[in-house]
Amino acid sequence: MAALEMTTPDAAGNRPPKFSTKNVNVFYGEKQALFDVELDIVENQVTSLIGPSGCGKSTYLRCLNRMNDVVEECRVDGSILLDGHNIYDRSVDVVQLRAEVGMVFQKPNPFPKSIFDNVAYGPRIHGLTSNRAELVELVESSLIRAGLYEEVKDRLDNPGTSLSGGQQQRLCIARAIAVQPEVILMDEPCSALDPIATARIEELIDELRENFTIIIVTHSMQQAARVSQRTAFFHLGKLVEVGDTEMIFTTPQDQRTQDYITGRFG
Amino acid sequence: MTDLASNSAPRQTTERIAASLPRRYARDSRFRYYGLVAIGLALAFLVLLFVSIVSKGYSAFFQTEIRLLIEFDEDRLDPNGTRDPSVLAGADYGGLVKSSLRGLFPEAESRRDRKSLNRLMSSGAGFVLRDMVTNDPSLIGTAQEVWLPAAADIDMLIKGFIDRSKPASERRVNDKQIAWVDALQERDAIERHFNTRFFSAGDSREPELAGIWGAVVGSFYTLLVTILLAFPLGVMTAIYLEEFAPTNRWTDLIEVNINNLAAVPSIVFGLLGLAVFLNFFGLPRSAPLVGGMVLALMTLPTIIIAGRAALKAVPPSIREAALGVGASRLQVVTHHVLPLAMPGILTGAIIGTAQALGESAPLLMIGMVAFIVDVPTGPIDPATVLPVQIYLWADSPERAFVERTSAGIMVLIAFLVAMNLIAVVLRKKFERRW
Repeated sequence: MAALEMTTPDAAGNRPPKFSTKNVNVFYGEKQALFDVELDIVENQVTSLIGPSGCGKSTYLRCLNRMNDVVEECRVDGSILLDGHNIYDRSVDVVQLRAEVGMVFQKPNPFPKSIFDNVAYGPRIHGLTSNRAELVELVESSLIRAGLYEEVKDRLDNPGTSLSGGQQQRLCIARAIAVQPEVILMDEPCSALDPIATARIEELIDELRENFTIIIVTHSMQQAARVSQRTAFFHLGKLVEVGDTEMIFTTPQDQRTQDYITGRFG
Repeated sequence: MTDLASNSAPRQTTERIAASLPRRYARDSRFRYYGLVAIGLALAFLVLLFVSIVSKGYSAFFQTEIRLLIEFDEDRLDPNGTRDPSVLAGADYGGLVKSSLRGLFPEAESRRDRKSLNRLMSSGAGFVLRDMVTNDPSLIGTAQEVWLPAAADIDMLIKGFIDRSKPASERRVNDKQIAWVDALQERDAIERHFNTRFFSAGDSREPELAGIWGAVVGSFYTLLVTILLAFPLGVMTAIYLEEFAPTNRWTDLIEVNINNLAAVPSIVFGLLGLAVFLNFFGLPRSAPLVGGMVLALMTLPTIIIAGRAALKAVPPSIREAALGVGASRLQVVTHHVLPLAMPGILTGAIIGTAQALGESAPLLMIGMVAFIVDVPTGPIDPATVLPVQIYLWADSPERAFVERTSAGIMVLIAFLVAMNLIAVVLRKKFERRW
């Protein structure tokens, strides 16, 4: 019941956060990568994480779907609540979590399979569809939502790796949304793409916002300014400042944020 | 001044680079030349090897046979006329051959001459007749012209490996035998025929009756056991160590030990098999089952090491992609990592099994060196394998085994080539465009 209450808007009309993280500390062996990060992610918004290299923004992102589990030395402390449930709780199944929190990576990484099979992989392993027709429909609607369908509808049997870089990345987005997650994590999704492909992805992110909560790590401050509603600035493993994107880029409260966005370091 | 200095600096650099170029190109072409020489040398030795083996061995594919008129005399084969198979099988067929020979050359009257005369024919000639009669009893009472195998010495004489100009005491055939052979040749009653027996029979003390088939079947069963044991075990070990095992002191220890095992001399595995499989578990001696188990132990490290290398070569981005859509760790491995690593794993498995195919030392330890005439019908029948058979023949004193040794090597190489072809086909099937 508590969880249900939390997901409904309160009296003031403020929606409860999708993710609510408190005192998140991450260690790689002896080395601490994140210090007491406290950050709420608002539903159906794009939140961008910015900061210089090595500041911990990717580490934080990978805590949200427990991708850090695969890193043997990695230890995560603190509470990360998704819809009020701690995802690091023993009772949480990591496979289930990753189906709810999808991820798009820095380098496009389609499977060496056909375009269709790439998108169909997630629904297949989770048994989301009961027959072939449903699967085809789900794959097509995912490709449509990822803005790729028109370009590939005649060659769904071609290998996903035969597409251009930007198309591959949209294929990866289609693959992520085919599982019908609630949150999509994007780890520098445009850093390997040219400006035109980047613009397409950014448009796409803006469209996807309606249905998904998106968290994006980016090195480009222009990109953060263009696509996100909220921005969080990380520095040396600490969350320095978080707020509405406009505010962060116009009137940052912290000197370090000011220095970073004006290009004095980073 | 400063202008001049800054202008001359780049020019100097260009000149230096230009000056160093001929030397660098010379080094390039020299290196390519060394490579060509190395490949040429290797090819030359390979050709030399093949030429020597084939030139020595091809004659074993033909066997001298002598045409005899055999009278299937009912009185001698089946005096009671019952056509009882056991009576037919036990009759004196050698006697038929001998009397036929005597009919051809009645001048051989002394005991010694008759003995020499009988030595023209292989002792297996009688068995050929026995098989004919038991297959078709209606032959009894008729007279047939039959091609029967000549003795190995006569075979060698016909093939030109026995020097007629040497004094009789220094060759294996005496003057009378040579005269008889010449007489037979004049009548076109002695010819070389394709040696089907070589490809269908097991080993024999008589070179002309010895065949490679027993060893081929033995090798087949041995390798079957080896592959069935070593491949799944090796691949699963590699997957566990590479994808699931935590890195701690235990896995380090296991890794070091696997690497050490790959370097253990093969005969040690044979001793281990002898002590554990034969003496402790009491498994049958000389059996392909035990041979395969020993060779599997030997092949395992190779497969594990190659398998781990192949798994490691799969880009981590694929693992992340699969994990990202919610695949379980096993699904990541079976759906994505393993198919991509399969060509590499297969290469390792083939190298391992090819090594096992050529291995004889560990098999000597578990009794597969025994003299076995029957072709094995299953993995627990006594058997020998191709390399051991070659070793046994190479060790035999008879001149006729020389060509059989080389022919055996040719069969071994053919077996190996066939195995590698299967592997290449499998690898092509698994290979995916990246």
